[in-house]
Amino acid sequence: MALLTTNYLTPTGREEAWRFTPLRRLSGLHDGSVSITDRKSLSSTGTLQKGVTFQRVSRELLSPQSVSEDVIVQRVHAEANDIALLEIAPNTKVSEIIHLQRLLTGPLGAELSRVRISIAENSQATVLVENSGEVVLGEDIEIYVGKGAELTFISLQEWDSASVYAARHHAMVDKDASFTSITVTIGGSLVRVLPTVDFLAPNSSAELLGVYFATEGQHFEHRIHVDHGVPNAKSRVNFKGALAGDGAHTVWIGDVLIRSAAEGTDTYELNRNLLLSDGARADSVPNLEIETGEIVGAGHASTTGRFDDEQLFYLMSRGIKMDDARRLVVRGFFAEIISKIPNETVQERLMNRIDDELTKAGA
Amino acid sequence: MSTLEIRGLEVSVITEKGPIEILRGVDLTIASGETHAIMGPNGSGKSTLAYSIAGHPKYTVTGGTVTLDGANVLEMTVDERAKAGLFLAMQYPVEVPGVSVSNFLRTAATALRGEAPKLRTWVGEVKEAMNALNMDPSFSERNVNEGFSGGEKKRHEIMQLELLKPKIAILDETDSGLDVDALRIVSEGVNRAKEANSLGVVLITHYTRILRYIKPDFVHVFANGRVVEEGGSELADKLEEKGYAEYVGS
Ligand SMILES: Nc1ncnc2c1ncn2[C@@H]1O[C@H](COP(=O)(O)OP(=O)(O)O)[C@@H](O)[C@H]1O
Ligand SMILES: [Mg+2]
Repeated sequence: MALLTTNYLTPTGREEAWRFTPLRRLSGLHDGSVSITDRKSLSSTGTLQKGVTFQRVSRELLSPQSVSEDVIVQRVHAEANDIALLEIAPNTKVSEIIHLQRLLTGPLGAELSRVRISIAENSQATVLVENSGEVVLGEDIEIYVGKGAELTFISLQEWDSASVYAARHHAMVDKDASFTSITVTIGGSLVRVLPTVDFLAPNSSAELLGVYFATEGQHFEHRIHVDHGVPNAKSRVNFKGALAGDGAHTVWIGDVLIRSAAEGTDTYELNRNLLLSDGARADSVPNLEIETGEIVGAGHASTTGRFDDEQLFYLMSRGIKMDDARRLVVRGFFAEIISKIPNETVQERLMNRIDDELTKAGA
Repeated sequence: MSTLEIRGLEVSVITEKGPIEILRGVDLTIASGETHAIMGPNGSGKSTLAYSIAGHPKYTVTGGTVTLDGANVLEMTVDERAKAGLFLAMQYPVEVPGVSVSNFLRTAATALRGEAPKLRTWVGEVKEAMNALNMDPSFSERNVNEGFSGGEKKRHEIMQLELLKPKIAILDETDSGLDVDALRIVSEGVNRAKEANSLGVVLITHYTRILRYIKPDFVHVFANGRVVEEGGSELADKLEEKGYAEYVGS
């Protein structure tokens, strides 16, 4: 299978999907030049409730359920030897958060990781993936949300500053099911995540939320793709980002495709960026393609701005110092999304990390 | 005993087309315990005066002095002015998304008092202040000024006045947009703060009706960026009757 590698079309950087990504900094994940170590860094922590299983399955037993045009995802599909499989049985209400963790220390070889999360019909669960440490990692996470199920998927990218992470987080949402994702990216050198959604049957819904904070030299890219191919599905996208420091670069792409069969679609996507210093750059490209007029609603908004002087003045006029006022405003900006993470310890940790980044950037 | 002294204050606002001169030499002296009403037509520069004293970055002082007990206010940053004892209740309080009222108030109190207030007494303090202004306890979990009605914003400003205990407060059209009940409640809050802390008050208003609840010791008529007439509370009665016609356009 490894031979396939040479057949991939190596991106040149001119392709729409790659035009923002600094290819040289991908450590060879995109052109096959990196050598892969057979490592399984994702593990489940804590005890799993009845009806929840986490295991490794060999690739022969579990082929991908979706295709991707992304060359790194293709490589993961072709080369990852086994799959981390998290399954939730039908009609199961999982009350505790299911924790998956990846904690790597020191520079190790590159890894390709395939993950499958599958929640069966009428079940409810929240899955939290905590990523930290130093990695070069290509990953594909396929998520199946069964009929009438509700899944919240939270992924935290708190990588060390040298890490490279290129991944697809792909949700397939079945009839009457709802999927919520919260993607947090605050650490790493280059992070490129593709949060994508495919609606498999009508009356399904997806809410994709995200926050990112890039400081000096960091490249954080989120390319959303929501594919409305069935009637009466609903999608909401809301990503908020902050940037500070020289060469901080964020990219947000929001592709929403409403196919001709997708009558009754209701979609709205939003991206807001807060530029905290000069020398940082936020690219934000919402993109709505509509092939049927019979929809409930479709819209998008994208804003990029600096600190609001009026907000800072108001806070400072109550004795709050400039630095503290800025911290409050930035925390407030992210709170809308971070407060939705159902774990206060994690919320506080992320907020503190954001404070630290802000202090480090001197913004 | 504190004194805020404004002498010959000249202020321009920075606009895209360049600076526009708004205040043309304002003289005012406010001492602890005194209440000064500043009355004047729309656009006469009342808010500009209030913002300039508080240090809003949009306004540039081009002449004159402002001192609080001899200290040069104009050299202070915005937060230093608050720490020196100045407070501005804004005509249009600003929304701060994602920051709860309780977090905001505690951060402000911590900054002004130099240490975090003891949690237990603080919770009681806030509750009492909210109660006194007829505010629902759920208010403290809402985001600062976000989705507040006009009246709620003004109550929130006066609640801060009571909690933060400044020496001199400038209230910029705190009465506008309030119905009779809210006007009374808010006025009572101001009077409580006056009594508790011998607060000096600059009451900026367009109408005389708030003066029925908060009695001014002095009334200053403001027009075209300066004080054009001064007197006691009887001056307010005259304005009530005759309006500002004789002061404008001159
Ligand atoms: N940012 C600004 N840009 C342009 N003009 C301004 C600005 N702020 C205030 N002004 C002008 O300055 C004058 C005084 O405004 P203001 O102080 O708000 O008056 P008042 O509070 O008495 O109604 C008005 O003519 C107003 O149009
Ligand atoms: Mg005004």
